[in-house]
Order: sequence, then C-alpha cells, then structure tokens
Amino acid sequence: MATPPSSARHGRYPRIGNPSLIHHPVKALDTDIGQLRGLVAQMGGLAEEAIAKAMQALGRADLALAEEVRAADAAIDLLEAEVERLAVRIIALRAPLSGELREVVAAMKIASVVERIGDYAKNIARRIPQIEGEHRIEPVSIIPAMGRMAGEMVRDALDAFGARDADAALSVCESDRALDDFYDSIFRTLVTYMVENPATISQVAHLLFVAKNLERIGDHATNVAEMVYYAATGNQLADRGTQGVK
Amino acid sequence: MRPSPRLPLAIAAAIVTGLAVGLLRADWTAAALAAVGGTVAALLARPVREAIADAGPAAPTEPALAAVLDAVADPVLVLTGGRVTLANAAARALLGAHVVGEDARVAIRHPDAAEALAADEPRDLEIAGLGARDRLWRLVAATGGDMRVVTLHDRTDNAAAERMRVDFVANASHELRTPLASIIGYAETLADEAGDDPDLRRRFLRIVGDEARRMQRLVEDLLSLSRIEADKYRLPDQPLDLALLIEEVCAEFAAAGDPRAGDVACTVDPDLPPVTGDRAQLSQLLHNLVGNAMKYGRPGTPVIVTAGRHRGGVRVAVADRGDGVAAEHLPRLTERFYRIDAGRSRTVGGTGLGLAIVKHIAERHRGRLDLQSTLGVGTTIAVTFPAAESAVIKG
Repeated sequence: MATPPSSARHGRYPRIGNPSLIHHPVKALDTDIGQLRGLVAQMGGLAEEAIAKAMQALGRADLALAEEVRAADAAIDLLEAEVERLAVRIIALRAPLSGELREVVAAMKIASVVERIGDYAKNIARRIPQIEGEHRIEPVSIIPAMGRMAGEMVRDALDAFGARDADAALSVCESDRALDDFYDSIFRTLVTYMVENPATISQVAHLLFVAKNLERIGDHATNVAEMVYYAATGNQLADRGTQGVK
Repeated sequence: MRPSPRLPLAIAAAIVTGLAVGLLRADWTAAALAAVGGTVAALLARPVREAIADAGPAAPTEPALAAVLDAVADPVLVLTGGRVTLANAAARALLGAHVVGEDARVAIRHPDAAEALAADEPRDLEIAGLGARDRLWRLVAATGGDMRVVTLHDRTDNAAAERMRVDFVANASHELRTPLASIIGYAETLADEAGDDPDLRRRFLRIVGDEARRMQRLVEDLLSLSRIEADKYRLPDQPLDLALLIEEVCAEFAAAGDPRAGDVACTVDPDLPPVTGDRAQLSQLLHNLVGNAMKYGRPGTPVIVTAGRHRGGVRVAVADRGDGVAAEHLPRLTERFYRIDAGRSRTVGGTGLGLAIVKHIAERHRGRLDLQSTLGVGTTIAVTFPAAESAVIKG
C-alpha cells in the first residue's frame, strides 16, 4: 500500500477533492477501520449527551435525569472494551502499516480518553443530589455556561476526529485556555460565596468539584484533539516536542 | 445522420470482381474474403444497433444520480451496510464532505440516531444540534433494497413557532387569572363581614366591577386577535375612504365621553386615494392607536392624527406627547403582552394586546407599521396602506 504524501493536513484518505461522490469500499482493512471509527464516534456521541444531560439535570435539579446519566455510563464502558478488542484484532490480522497503524492506535487511545470523559459526566451527575438542599443556591446558575463550553470542546474534538482535520484539532487545543480561565473565575466566585454563606459550604463544595470535573473534561477534549492531529499528520503537537513517527 | 451503405457495398463489389478476374494474388484471397464478410457484418450491425438505441432512454448513470440528489434541498444520505455510500450536496454542506465512506455514526453522532439507523425497522426521530447548537431536525429513515436512505428535515422554525404558541397561551391564562383571583377574593369578603358595611360594600363592588371589565376587555382582544389571524390569508375587499373612517373614530371617542377626546386633532389630506380594506378591522386599528395615544400621552397635550399620500398609498400616523419609549423596547412593542411598565399599563386599562392587534391588521392589509419615539418627547405610530385597485368609494 503506497504511503500518501505526509504534507497533507487532512488524514490518510483525503476524501475532500475526491471526485467520486459515491463511495466504493475496497478492502477488508478499510471496512475494519471504518467500524473502529464508527464505534469511537458512537462513544463520543454518548459522552456528549452525558455532559449535556448532566448540566440540564443540575440546572433543573432533576434527580431522575441525574440517575439516567449515571446509569448510561455503563454503555460507554462497554463500547470502550469493544474498541480495544477490535483494534487488537486489526493489528493482529491485518498488519496495518504507517498511517493506518497510527489511525488504529489513535482510535484506541481516543476511546480510552472518551471513556474518562463519560466518567466525569457521571460523577457530576452523582453529586447533584448533594447540591440540592432546601433552597436553590445562587452559584448553581453559573455552572451550566462552563458546561456548555466544555461540551463544545468535546464536540469540536470529535468533529475533528470524524473529518481527520488537523487544523480543527489545533483550534480545540487553543480553546482550552479559555476554559481554564473560566474555571479559575468560577473557583474564586464559589469560594467567596462559601465565606459569605457558611451554611452552604457543603453544597458549594460539591459545586467546586463539578467545576473541576468540567475543567478536566476540557483537558481530555484537548487530548483527543492531540491524537487526531497525530493520526492525521504523524507529528505530535508542537508544545509536546517535535519527535514524530512518519 | 445515417451514413449511406453504398460505399461499403461498392468496396465489396470491387473485391468480388477482383477475385473473379483473378487480378488479386492467391495469398490475398483470404484477406479479401474476410473484408467482404466484415463489410456485410458492418452493414447489418448498424441498423440493429440503431434499432436498440431507438428503444428508449438508458437508466441514469452514477454521475446523473448524484446530480439529481444534489438538486434535492434537504440533506440526504444513502447508507449501505452501515456506511455512508452517498451524500448529496446539502448533506455534505451540513455534515462535512468527509462523511462519504465513513460509518453512519461518524456522520451523525447523536446516540438516538445511531440506534434508530441500526434497527431492523428504521425509525423516524427528532434530533437537535446538527450544524448549529439550536437547530432541530427530523430524521426520516427508509429502506430501499439493501440500502437505508436518510433524509433530514429542518424543524427549527416549527419548534420556535410552537414555543411561541405555548408561551402565548401561558401568558393569556396568567393575564386572566390575576383579575379573576381579585374578583373571587373580594366576592368572598363581601359574603362575609364586609357586606354589612355600605361604604366597604360599595368600594369592593366597584373593584369587582373594574376587574370584571378588565377581563372582558382582554377576552374581546383575544377574540379579535384570533379572528384576525383566521382571516390572515383572505385579502380584504371593500374600497374605503380612510378620511371618513378617521372622522368616525374620533366622533366615537367624543360620544363615549372620553375626557381626552377633545385633545384629538385630525389633519387629513383632501384627495386621499381609496384603500381596500375591512371596515371593522381598520376601525379597530384606528381605535387602538388613538386610544393608546390618549392613554400614554400627557394629559392636556394634543393627540395628532394625520393621513396623507405616501408613495402611491396612504399613510396614517397617530402622534402623542408623552414620556416616549426607549429604543430597546421599540422593536418589542408589538409583541403580545409585552409591557414596559406593567403597573402603569394596568392602571390605564391596557390589555397588552393593543399593538399586536394593530400589527396583525396592518399585515392583513399589506400595510407597513412604523414606530418612532423620543424619550421625554413622545411617540408616533404610523401605518402605510397600499392604494386600492378600483376607484369606487364606499363610505
């Protein structure tokens, strides 16, 4: 299998510019990698939904929805196991090389990161019953905005994965800074609130953890983006050093 | 144009003649015979080929099929074995050109969609967030042979309209519930102790009457609105003289004993073109505009009503001198139940629907509504109606 020009900013199979609008799959490796990517995308969709629902449940104090999120995490875990199995099978049976090998390895690593994103969403959901007390505390209203930002990073990272778009992956990494700044500002606001309203310390402490979980979700979205970049270009992202496998 | 068979026949004849005359050498004979045979075959084949071609159009080729689907406005995906084998232009624009050849789940990540598409019997469902965060889509899946055909229909506008309808019902119910609660409260108090004291009784009964009349005004306006909306697509057909109508409305306010009726000053151009309209509705529109001006203008200041030619049509404007409306509120004034100062609106007996009704009537008459205001000075609301087609005027 000939190696494509590594200067391509898009991935291994440059469909953009492909004049054929109708796809004809050509070989078994193609089909397997397609299935692998489908599984990763499916996991990604579930993780995105978990984040959105957790935020909704928090905003509405919806304990039933929170429980749904918690229970739905098992599906993400199962899919991760399936991705791993399939990836190992592909490597063993099809002996992919170069760009295709990068794709398979990246898919496996992305799946494990997406599984952790799902876990964070689940943990947020598990805290919701503790945050709801007798009265609705005001700081709850600032969290969903951060949740939206983190959710968008995950969505953009998964879109970049789907399109094998190295440039889009780069943008995700750049937006992590804004999320971290948002977290710092929320942290200060929550601490101030706790000092002024000591009766709510226990609830607000949980909110702090929720905000921290969202910040970690953003970090993981960045990890997904880094692996998309690597799979597409063969290079690691600049700030992590320049060694790359071509 | 069918080429003539005369040339090949002539060649065949020449070869046969040559053979007969023995002019052609022996080792050329086989070639000559082959040439004759080929010519005859060629002569026969062409008519057969042309006959087949005349039988009808061939099935669309791959590029032609893709072109046909590209012409479809809604995004369409064709899935074979769970992979996207075809995506039309709209689908590529929405989901990205990279989706061709990818697993369906890479194209649409929404978990419900993945489930629906993988099922034996493909289902339809609503999904949100494709393309932009707040866009709502209906995904319709159908089976064609061993393929799945997925169409996406943009439902964003429908959802917004539905939300507005739900909000309107909620708001209207709330507006009715408030005076109703008052009436029940005071009625119960009258039945108890207050009924014995004549002064208290008089006061409470007056309040009950006021609140009941408030509800009545609101119900009238709601009915008006629903009637106007029902007629939305039926163009009005009476030719009317707006000058006469304005005079009538002003006279009605005076006759009703409205204290500010004397402040209304009308300036109407003498040769206004007739306008096609619904008499009752235009009368209501004028009533609402003049009524608003009288309510919100400062007492003692004039309410100026003008009607004049404007770009071939008629422009009716009602201006008050009052507190005016801030710029950020202006675009929302025609929203149902939108109020800048709820307390003041209730005090002057407003229902919150007056300008919404004006807007709907103006729209039905293909008129243009124009709101202008300066804080501290006053507000002018104008409607420009297109002139009527015919020249006959009915009073």
